[in-house]
Amino acid sequence: MKKSVRFYSGAELVGKAAIDAGCRFFGGYPITPSSEIAEYMSVEMPKVNGTYIQMEDEIGAMGSIIGASLTGAKVLTATSGPGFSLKQENIGYAYMAEVPCVICNVMRGGPSTGLPTALAQADIMQAKWGTHGDHPVIALTPAYLEEIYELTIKAFNFAEIYRMPIMLLLDEVIAHLSAAIELPKKEMLVIKDRRKPTVPPEKYFPYDTAYGDVPPMANFFEGYRYHVTGLSHDKTGFPTTDPDLVQADQERHLRKVKANINNIIDYEYYQMKDAEVIVFAYGSTARAARVAVDNARKLGIKVGMMRFRVIWPLPETEILKLCSKAKAIIIPEMNMGQLSDVIERYAADRTKILRINHVGGVPIHPTDICNVIKEAI
Amino acid sequence: MAFEYEKYLRMDKIPHLWCPGCGIGVVLKAMLRSVENMGWDKNDIAFVSGIGCTSRAPGYIDCNTLHTTHGRALSFATGIKLAQPAKHVVVFSGDGDATAIGGNHFIHACRRNIDITLVVVNNNTYGMTGGQHSPTTPIGYKASTTIYGNIDPTFDICLLAKAAGASYVARATVNKGKMLEKYITKGFEHKGFSVIVATANCHTQFGRKNKMSDPISARKWIESREIPIDKARNMKALELNDKIITGEFISEEPEQTYWENYNHPIHEYTEAYQRIREKAQAQDKH
Ligand SMILES: Cc1ncc(C[n+]2csc(CCOP(=O)(O)OP(=O)(O)O)c2C)c(N)n1
Repeated sequence: MKKSVRFYSGAELVGKAAIDAGCRFFGGYPITPSSEIAEYMSVEMPKVNGTYIQMEDEIGAMGSIIGASLTGAKVLTATSGPGFSLKQENIGYAYMAEVPCVICNVMRGGPSTGLPTALAQADIMQAKWGTHGDHPVIALTPAYLEEIYELTIKAFNFAEIYRMPIMLLLDEVIAHLSAAIELPKKEMLVIKDRRKPTVPPEKYFPYDTAYGDVPPMANFFEGYRYHVTGLSHDKTGFPTTDPDLVQADQERHLRKVKANINNIIDYEYYQMKDAEVIVFAYGSTARAARVAVDNARKLGIKVGMMRFRVIWPLPETEILKLCSKAKAIIIPEMNMGQLSDVIERYAADRTKILRINHVGGVPIHPTDICNVIKEAI
Repeated sequence: MAFEYEKYLRMDKIPHLWCPGCGIGVVLKAMLRSVENMGWDKNDIAFVSGIGCTSRAPGYIDCNTLHTTHGRALSFATGIKLAQPAKHVVVFSGDGDATAIGGNHFIHACRRNIDITLVVVNNNTYGMTGGQHSPTTPIGYKASTTIYGNIDPTFDICLLAKAAGASYVARATVNKGKMLEKYITKGFEHKGFSVIVATANCHTQFGRKNKMSDPISARKWIESREIPIDKARNMKALELNDKIITGEFISEEPEQTYWENYNHPIHEYTEAYQRIREKAQAQDKH
C-alpha cells in the first residue's frame, strides 16, 4: 500500500486532522498568523459536504460554530490573539451550555494588535481565564507537526467526551512550518462522538446528571425540542436562580475535568532519570529546550525536561513531586511568565524557579536556555 | 374557532416574565399563528434569540429553542441554518439586540440573504436593563440615560435591512396583529433573509419616561404615529422623525434601477453554498 507521505504545513495539519476527526463546520474570520487554517478549510470543507463560512467577525464565527454544533456537527474555528479575545463571551456561552467545539488559537504577541507576524506564547492564561466566571479548561500545546495532527484529533475527542470547548494553542512557527509528514492510517485513529440520549423526548433533560457529569446531548431537529441558554439553568435547561442548583451545576462542570484528569493530562519526559535540574516547556520553546538539554548533558550536567502536550489541566501530582526533588526548575516561555507564575505556586519554597521570558518575537535560543541551566547548578 | 396557542407553547413556563400589557405578547401570537399557517412541524423549527425582554420569547415556545448572548443570535442561527438548510430558523430580537450590539451580524445576515426570518420587536428602548436609549429612541424623547432629551439619531431598521440586502422587509405595529401575522407568514414563505419589524409598546420603560405609562396610552402613541408606506413616500424627511412607517419595503423586481434597488440579492446563501459543494466535489474527482 502507498504510504501517505506528503508535505504539510502546521496549519494544514490542523485542518486535515479536524476533517479526519469528523469536523464538518468551520466558522472563522481572517487573522494572522492563523488565516492559513481558514483558507485550507474553505477548500476542503465543501469536498466532504461540510460548511466553511467566513463570518463578519470572531464573535460571529464563535456563534456560528456553537449553532452548528447544536445540530450535531463537529465544529472548528481558528484565530489569533485579538480574535481570541473577541470570542471570549461566546466561549463562555459554550462552557455554560455545554456545547462541544474546538478553538484553535495560533498565538501572536499582545496585548492589542501587538506583534501580528511574530512568535509568541501570549495566550496561555487567556485560554484559561479569558471568559468571565469559573469553568473547566482543556488546552493542548503541540510542539511538532505530527503532534499537531495527533493533538487536534484529541482536541475533537475531548470536546465530544466532555461536552465543552477545547483550546488548541499553536505557536506561530509551528503553524507555519512545513515538512514531509507520514500521517497515521485512518483505521488506526480513535474517534469519539458525543453521547446521545437513549430515552424518548418526553423523558429527556439536556442537563440530566442521572447519566453522570456529562449528560447525553440531543441534536436539534431530532424530536427533543429542548431549550438552551447561557443563563444558569437546571437540568431541564431552563433558567434558575436557586443557589443550591447553581452551585451544584458549577461544581459538576469543574468535575468533568477534575475527575478525569488522568485521562486528560499529557506530558513527555526527556532525560529525566537522574535529572537534578528540570526544564518545564511547551510548544516550540520545548524544541529549543530539548537542544539545550542535549548540550548541557554534553557538559556533564544532569538536566532533563518535562514537556506539556496538554498545558491545562497541568499534571499537578507529577509537578509537585518534581518540585520536591529538583535543584531548580527552569521555565522558558515566549511571554512574561504565564506558566511560571503557576508553577511557582506549586514549588512554594521547595525549589527555585528560573524564568526565561522573551516577548520580542524572536525565538528563545537553545544557548539562552543552556546558560541558565549552567547557572542553576 | 379560537386559535389554540397551547399547541405551540410550553404551558409549564407560563406565566411569562413580561409586564401586563406588554407588546411582545402580540408579536409572539402573530408568530405562532404564522407557524400554524405554514403547517410546519415543531421538530423542524429552531427559534433563536439574543438577550433582552424580547429574547425571552423562545423559552415559551415548544420547539428547538436557543437563547444566546446579547446581539449574537443571528450568528448562532447562521450556523444552524448552514448545517441544516432544510430546517426553519427564526430569530427573535429586540431593537438594541438587533441593531446596536448586534448591528454587525444584522447587516451581514441581510447581505448574505440567508434563508432565516428575523422578527425585531422595536419598543424604542432597552426594556430589560431599565429603559436606556436604544438606536431607535426618537430624537427629543426621554430614556433613563437621556433625561434631557435624546440627541442620537435613529436607525430605520427596515431601510437598513433593505440597504444591506435583505430580500423581504416589512413593518407592522402591535395594534394590528393580523397585519403582523400576514407579514411574518410572508417572511416564513420567502426564500431568503426576511426582516419583520414589529413596533411594540414598552409602557413600563419607554412609556413611563414619556408620559404614556399604561399600555393604552403607549399604544395610542404608536397609533398616532403610524404612516402607511405609500403615504410616507411623498413626505419630507423632517416630517418623519418619530413616525412609524408600516407596510412592505421590498419590491421583488430586480429590473429596477440600482438606485431604487441597491443590493438586490442574487441568490439565497445556503443554496449558493450547496453549489460550491458540488463544484468542489466535481473538481476533486479530476
Ligand atoms: C454583552 C452584554 N452587554 C450588555 C448586556 C445587558 N443587556 C441585557 S438586555 C440589554 C438591552 C435590551 O434591549 P433590547 O435589545 O432592545 O431588548 P428589549 O429588552 O427591549 O426587548 C442589555 C444592554 C448584556 N446582557 N450583554
